[in-house]
Amino acid sequence: MNDVALRLTVNGQPREGRCAPRKLLVDFLREDLALTGTHVGCEHGICGACTILVNGEAARSCLMLAVQADGAELVTIEGLMRDGVLHPLQEAFREHHGLQCGFCTPGMLMTALDLLHVKPEPTEADVREGLSAVLCRCTGYHGILKAVQAAAPRMVTAAHQGRNA
Amino acid sequence: MKRLEDPRLLRGRGRYLDDVVLPRLLAVAFVRSPHAHAGLAAIEASAARAMPGVAAVITAAELRGLVRPLAPRLAGPGFTPSAWPALAERAVQFCGEAVAAVVADSPYAAADACEGVRVEYEPRPAVTDIDGALAAERVVFRRAYRHGDVDAVFAAAPIQLRERFTHGRCVAAPLEPRGVLADWDGETLTVWSSTQIPSALRSTLAASLGLQETHVRVIAPDVGGGFGLKTHVFPEELAVAALARLVGRPVKWIETRREQLLAGAHAREQRMDVEVAADPSGLVRGLRARVVADAGAYHIYPLTAALEPLGSAAILPGPYRAEVYEYEAVAVRTNKPPLGAYRGVGMTMGAFVMERVLDLLAERLALDPAEVRRRNFIPREAYPFVSASGLTYDSGDFPKALEQALALADYDALRREQAQARAAGRLLGIGVACYTEYTGMGSDVFRRRGMHDVRGVESATVTMEPDGGVRCATSFPSQGQGHATTIAQVIADRLGVALERVRLAPADTAVAPAGSGTFGSRGAVSIGGTVAVAADQVRARLQVLAGHLLEAGVEDVVLEGERAYVRGLPDRAVAIAELARLAYSPPCGGLPAALGPGLSATVYFDPPGPTFSGAVHVAVVEVDPATGRVRVARYVVVEDCGPVVNPTIVEGQVHGAVAQGLGEALQETLAYDEDGQLLTGTLMDYALPKADDVPAFEIGHLETPSPIMPGGVKGMGEGGTIGAPAAVANAVADAVRAHGVRITALPIRPETLRAVSSQG
Repeated sequence: MNDVALRLTVNGQPREGRCAPRKLLVDFLREDLALTGTHVGCEHGICGACTILVNGEAARSCLMLAVQADGAELVTIEGLMRDGVLHPLQEAFREHHGLQCGFCTPGMLMTALDLLHVKPEPTEADVREGLSAVLCRCTGYHGILKAVQAAAPRMVTAAHQGRNA
Repeated sequence: MKRLEDPRLLRGRGRYLDDVVLPRLLAVAFVRSPHAHAGLAAIEASAARAMPGVAAVITAAELRGLVRPLAPRLAGPGFTPSAWPALAERAVQFCGEAVAAVVADSPYAAADACEGVRVEYEPRPAVTDIDGALAAERVVFRRAYRHGDVDAVFAAAPIQLRERFTHGRCVAAPLEPRGVLADWDGETLTVWSSTQIPSALRSTLAASLGLQETHVRVIAPDVGGGFGLKTHVFPEELAVAALARLVGRPVKWIETRREQLLAGAHAREQRMDVEVAADPSGLVRGLRARVVADAGAYHIYPLTAALEPLGSAAILPGPYRAEVYEYEAVAVRTNKPPLGAYRGVGMTMGAFVMERVLDLLAERLALDPAEVRRRNFIPREAYPFVSASGLTYDSGDFPKALEQALALADYDALRREQAQARAAGRLLGIGVACYTEYTGMGSDVFRRRGMHDVRGVESATVTMEPDGGVRCATSFPSQGQGHATTIAQVIADRLGVALERVRLAPADTAVAPAGSGTFGSRGAVSIGGTVAVAADQVRARLQVLAGHLLEAGVEDVVLEGERAYVRGLPDRAVAIAELARLAYSPPCGGLPAALGPGLSATVYFDPPGPTFSGAVHVAVVEVDPATGRVRVARYVVVEDCGPVVNPTIVEGQVHGAVAQGLGEALQETLAYDEDGQLLTGTLMDYALPKADDVPAFEIGHLETPSPIMPGGVKGMGEGGTIGAPAAVANAVADAVRAHGVRITALPIRPETLRAVSSQG
């Protein structure tokens, strides 16, 4: 089947490309756009390592075709840092040992970002439930939960100050 | 403290195996057997070869004479060797074994072409469990051991217990699957592999492909978790390396999760029949055990099928005083994937059995589980202690660790809470588990086991560069354990430079000295024995140089805050960066004759161990009688790994290992049907712990230094996975004790516990 053209916005930048209709979005991001921060851990939608934001909501990029993202706005891990400064979530993960091998980390951060958009002041149970969408094999989730809970008030403050958190 | 490796990983700038791309790179996919056991009558690949984008389809016929199979050695009697080929040649021995490799210009094209390869199989009966394998006399390893007059002790013992315990099949499942990229330039083979053992992989590839080690370079990029799975050499690594030579272009294989569940190394599956002889006081006098492991189709390389059953049997006596012991450790061959290492290998089962046995003994004697352990512990002053299985425990203080753990858990209050819960009809259970753990093993341990393909030695090079920055390269890479940070701490502390001045080199055999790899909780011990010693040697050279320049005695030179100064005279100083510059650009008149140029040291270290670390775990669980689901309400660990270099990293290892142990105890099973077909081939069926499956962890520390290891350091990376299944099993058993449900198998299945409700 012939390649199809697609245009989309990734991390605020307009991007375009051509790919096979069957190409997965995660492969398009990694191979065609060279955004290798999004990882593939299971390729069947369970582990969540490939999670990105599609039009502002968390989505598994291994379960989407690239052509489904035509016209969409995507945010990947590469778009989290602004002006050379780590995002409050990234900083909190660093402070609270929220990562070890780092492989789940991009998907975990994007999922946490989505969670805190929906629930800016989550309880521990909210965070556990929200992050149950992403598997981590290293941390036992201990540091990750602490990091997300620590980041939540900082993101609220940053939002009040008009910064794009 | 913040880890040095984190900013890169947090920004998505890690570089894992699939992020490595070379010009003209091709993709590899494997055609895998749908049968557990079958003859290979014919492979018809011409249609696949003609498919778009396909560069080659390779079978065992094309690899003949190019690749030697994986045939690990084990000295001593009772060993039947096996040879795991890069691609199956005449028969397949497990469902998922690779029979052909497709090389194509994309993973999509390679996967398509796999469908086009026609394989004619002649299905044969499969042996898929321990009893079937024993009946067919498929024993591939057997070793017997006896210490003391076991029969006399048992004949005289007033209390005797006998039980059979089983452990199902599970898998380490690091989040990054396996992967290999190989490139052959006509002289040198360069291999990127998601491995824990780059140095050993280099040796194995060189030997298998008939190359000199100098012409093989192995690079382990960022590795997304290993947990033992990546401490083996796999046929796919041999095959991909051979394909690069055959095709003349770089080739890459990235394992899918389904492939990992189907055809990676599995773990644990075994059973242990145990007999216990005890006094009425609860003192265990003697043990008998027969362990049989389902080793799968081939010996895993380089550890062999002996690893799991021998380890389980040897560690069984744990931190307790049993005087006599006899065991038989057996591994049998079945038509399932090979059994390999997974965090806690050979110890999780031993601890599970011993800790269950002590609880059964406590129940029989109406003792509290904590009390029966107090009565059996080796007292601190008895260390070093030779266990009934012949292991020399160098250090430990379990009586203290237990009391600390019970206090942290507030054990007495828990028991009161439990009584109230029971009165209200709730199934609340409390479980205690204690274990001792061999860590940081040297060559002698592997040689005694007969393992000739595991070196046991580690190495590190510490080099101060001409600008005063420090580079360290080691034989034992990190898969998330934070070596870059811990190593920088150790070096910065010794050389008086800032943490940020120290960089750990990538795991690359072109720059790192030879060694074994990262497994068996040897990271901290290896850092102490190699990095710290090499840094001390560089430090000594800096002191000589500074003493020469400052006209002071070497022993009076202090290295601190990027400066070398004379003790008591902080103004008589020279910048360390200036010393480094001079070491490579000697001043007028040259360097002191005894010193010579350069600032580098390479140290090889053969750990004089094992050294034994240990821990006490307390788990609190609640069983839902309607669903059989177990909720872990609290989890307490008091661990003793000697002096801690970096508490954050140590606690992170405990958290992660306990979570894995909880999954192993309650959720994870690789289930097979009687034909050897895997029934749990996705992560929908193979249930790894999620954030809402695990509790918050409460951790306490105890430091009993090792008398034999540099700095008293002991390993600790595996411990949580050893203790958690035992503690949870005891807690669940405690919760359902009144209902007559026996907990003798891991994982603990909900249907076992639902029996409680059916009894009313």
